[in-house]
Amino acid sequence: MMFELLGIPPQVLLGQLLLGLINGSFYAVLSLGLAVIFGLLNIINFAHGALYMMGAFVAWMLLNYLGIGYWWALILAPLITGAFGILLERTMLSRLYKLDHLYGLLLTFGLALIIQGLFRNYYGISGLPYQIPDALSGGNNLGFMYLPNYRAWVVIASATVCFGAWFMIEKTRLGAYLRAATENPTLVGAFGINVPLLVMLTYGFGVALAGFAGVLAAPIYSVNPNMGADLIIVVFAVVVIGGMGSILGAILTGYMLGLVEGLTRVFYPEGSAVVIFVIMAIVLLIKPEGLFGRAA
Amino acid sequence: MIRTLAVATTLGALTATTALAQGIDVKLGVLNDRSGVYADLSGEGSVVAARMAVEDFDAEGKGMNVEIISADHQNKPDIGSNIARQWYDQDGVNAILDVPTSSVALAVAGITAEKNGVLINSGAGSTDLTRGQCQPTTIHWTYDTAALANGTGAEMTNAGGKKWFFLTADYAFGHSLEENTASVVEANGGEVVGTVNVPFPAQDFSSFLLQAQGSGADVIGLANAGGDTVNAIKQASEFGITQAGQKLAALLFFVTDVHALGAETAQGLSLTEAFYWDQNDQTREWSARFMDAHGAQPTMVQAGVYSGTMAYLAAVEALGSAEDGAAVAAKMKEADIEDPLFGTVKVRGDGRATHNMYLFQVKSPDESTGEWDLYKEVATISGEDAFLPMLDECDFTK
Repeated sequence: MMFELLGIPPQVLLGQLLLGLINGSFYAVLSLGLAVIFGLLNIINFAHGALYMMGAFVAWMLLNYLGIGYWWALILAPLITGAFGILLERTMLSRLYKLDHLYGLLLTFGLALIIQGLFRNYYGISGLPYQIPDALSGGNNLGFMYLPNYRAWVVIASATVCFGAWFMIEKTRLGAYLRAATENPTLVGAFGINVPLLVMLTYGFGVALAGFAGVLAAPIYSVNPNMGADLIIVVFAVVVIGGMGSILGAILTGYMLGLVEGLTRVFYPEGSAVVIFVIMAIVLLIKPEGLFGRAA
Repeated sequence: MIRTLAVATTLGALTATTALAQGIDVKLGVLNDRSGVYADLSGEGSVVAARMAVEDFDAEGKGMNVEIISADHQNKPDIGSNIARQWYDQDGVNAILDVPTSSVALAVAGITAEKNGVLINSGAGSTDLTRGQCQPTTIHWTYDTAALANGTGAEMTNAGGKKWFFLTADYAFGHSLEENTASVVEANGGEVVGTVNVPFPAQDFSSFLLQAQGSGADVIGLANAGGDTVNAIKQASEFGITQAGQKLAALLFFVTDVHALGAETAQGLSLTEAFYWDQNDQTREWSARFMDAHGAQPTMVQAGVYSGTMAYLAAVEALGSAEDGAAVAAKMKEADIEDPLFGTVKVRGDGRATHNMYLFQVKSPDESTGEWDLYKEVATISGEDAFLPMLDECDFTK
């Protein structure tokens, strides 16, 4: 068989593909949030990684200060980070909509550094422990690999959230308002729709998605202030490859690049940290608007 | 930081012109990671430790004027080199302390020799500091990858872990740690069945762990550090690897990492350290004061900064000057040092400080009586057994 010629038995390959899909789940939820925010607000949200980290920390705080467990955190932490996002939008971002993208990028990048710095100051860099909830501990032997229940849950939860978000934006009346408001805010406002409110809620929703990914990540990755900084650059590459602002593109590219990265880890592990950026460079050269983007 | 450096420069210029003949001016620079992955195990805690050393040494009472400055090298050799050069050339720094991250430490060691300062390294692990790139002005105080390998590597191989698979952080330190451990494993009758080079830093280790699982190894050696090791251990437990009987060897793991992981996940893990806060009355007394000042228990790196600074100040006092770095380093090598934290320390001709190393096991949540009650001592490894023998060409006392 071809696989065995490369020295990798097919069952190992299958396992690695599944792991790639799991990592892709995080990319998908995070890049979806970025794409929603960029598509509807024209803001390049560099604070996304810091807000993802905040989601994980809020889950930890809920557990350690208030005794609230994982399942409630899964709902509460995104709401809390989303509310924090709305605060940022109202007080700062809303002043930048008329300016060049660059201003939003610089502001959110600065915010990200401040948020990370604050958490680092109070909680240090080593990270904090967060256990997998009892209901999801353990796992199943699939024959080709041992799949922890929690990882299976990550795939299901992220796929559900991604589908829900896509459906809401592309198929419902609310989503239609949103899309219309970005095309022509003045006209939509004239129909009696509160456009600033819509924009504010959209940013809050994008941030809540980041917070949700943070809670999903807390039991399996080290909860530390830099967890988002390491991830955000990759996620930006995912969004660029998918096409800035394309909702479906962000989701599909997230999963796809998770798979590509997973395969790279088998065949050339040293290159797994750069493979996504190589793909980004190629895509930008051949199809600058991204795989799913519409040509400007 | 630029402003601090500017102020420090001005101060340095002023003191240089007004120095009294009998007063000894000493300026120490703590150069480490203050915001990245090694910030908790070195960082501000190392500065606190250096300050405690100056106080405990009673420098003021002995007519010494000791100033401590610090900077963040961000784990980047170019940034570390620039700061080191500026410190020696413009700020009148006599010695640089700590310097975790081997690539930065090796760069700073070269500059230190060129400028005739002293590098008292506590944070970095590469054995090259006292071997391939040894310098007369380098003192390597706390640990190195060979000592870690001789502790954890030998112990686990002798306990039946004959087949090893390495997850190696893909940079100088990771490769050095893997190489040292592999040779210890092989010397004890074990074999290395595979290695995977993991880009640094990494968050998800599941793919690599699965490869290690498939290799049929008895022991998975984690040749990485900090957050990488924490993530790898967390995920190994999640993927049922430890439950299925494969053992994990954390080849470089600090008490702050165990604290981050929690006793629940880390229990049973074997690791090697040069210092643990709860070893004897002296370590407990010192650590309690450190805890008051810093809010966490000290790591062996921070303890090493304290002890290294004490030894350095003693040598400077004996010589009456800190100007000639090579002479101070030579003085430190003259006699055995009785240290409150590391016991008897012998600084060899190559700059390697040898002292006991300890093999610890992480307590289970039932055994642990508090947040920081994490280790039980399993074995003591003497300095001669722990560290590699000295290379002839690196013996600068000859």
